[in-house]
Amino acid sequence: MAAGSTYTPIATTTLGSNQASVTFSGISGSYTDLIIWTNAANTAGNAAIKVQVGNSSIDTGSNYSTTYLYGNGSTATSGRTTSATSMIAARTASTLTANGYITLQNYSNTTTYKTMLSRGNAANEMAVAYVGLWRSTSAINIITLTDENANNFISGSTFTLYGIAAA
Amino acid sequence: MANTYTLIASSTVGAGGASNIEFTSIPSTYTDLKLVTSLRMSSSGQWYTLKFNNSTSTYSDRYLLGSGSSAASGIDGGQPALAGSAEDSTYTANTFANSENYIPNYTSSNYKSYSGDGVQENNATASYMAFWANLWSTTSAITSIKIEAQGGVNFVQYSTAYLYGISNS
Repeated sequence: MAAGSTYTPIATTTLGSNQASVTFSGISGSYTDLIIWTNAANTAGNAAIKVQVGNSSIDTGSNYSTTYLYGNGSTATSGRTTSATSMIAARTASTLTANGYITLQNYSNTTTYKTMLSRGNAANEMAVAYVGLWRSTSAINIITLTDENANNFISGSTFTLYGIAAA
Repeated sequence: MANTYTLIASSTVGAGGASNIEFTSIPSTYTDLKLVTSLRMSSSGQWYTLKFNNSTSTYSDRYLLGSGSSAASGIDGGQPALAGSAEDSTYTANTFANSENYIPNYTSSNYKSYSGDGVQENNATASYMAFWANLWSTTSAITSIKIEAQGGVNFVQYSTAYLYGISNS
């Protein structure tokens, strides 16, 4: 990938204290795709990150689905969530030993539903891949990340949103 | 506009092959590191390890593997642990496996989590794709990365590795 404007940091958050959620708002529609990298932990241990998106406000309706495939060190398992109130993505642990990414393709178009690809990595627990869907044709300009089990993210967790431009 | 996705170094294996590819003196000026590889082995074997700062301890991992007919998961447990794909020498000629490794916050004083996504292709029944969740339980900043083929064999000529630095501002 060429250096420079095709992989642009839009916003980054390093938590200074425990916090229930992280929101990126006012996201410009000038990129092609979005990618969020996480290196995060929560107060209760291994979990996924809930991803909710919207246009001006977060959609909390049952308009999300996710398919996942994970390996926990002994078996490989796949499953789905449907008509859910969020997608799930990435992975966290009780300390800052897990990471993941979340990509949203063609996030600003207003004709198609929005798809997500994600990977989560927790060496003490699993390697996992996800594909998600938000059933809306609205452009995404706000994203909220919360812990799957409604626990707090811990201080020091980092979340960085990048914009990727096709040209 | 800020240059936030920067090539730090690259390496192409020459005639005769190489037992490893190493990037040293990695600057601490970035937020994350990304390694992109295209590798083929000189002998039978399918994976590579990443060794940080020449350390041979405190690595852990879990992987998810698809063979073309089934999926499996396991723990390598090697020191260092497997982290990416390299094409087996018996697989289709002129084919190189591709992998990416991502290392967030590589200069932090926390333990270093990193990921690996790897694919091989082979014009036969079996070929492998894999995901790795890796951890190096060391608080030191990463200043060097050595890519080594499984089993101590060589990487063949034209194998490549690119190391990028990614900044969050």
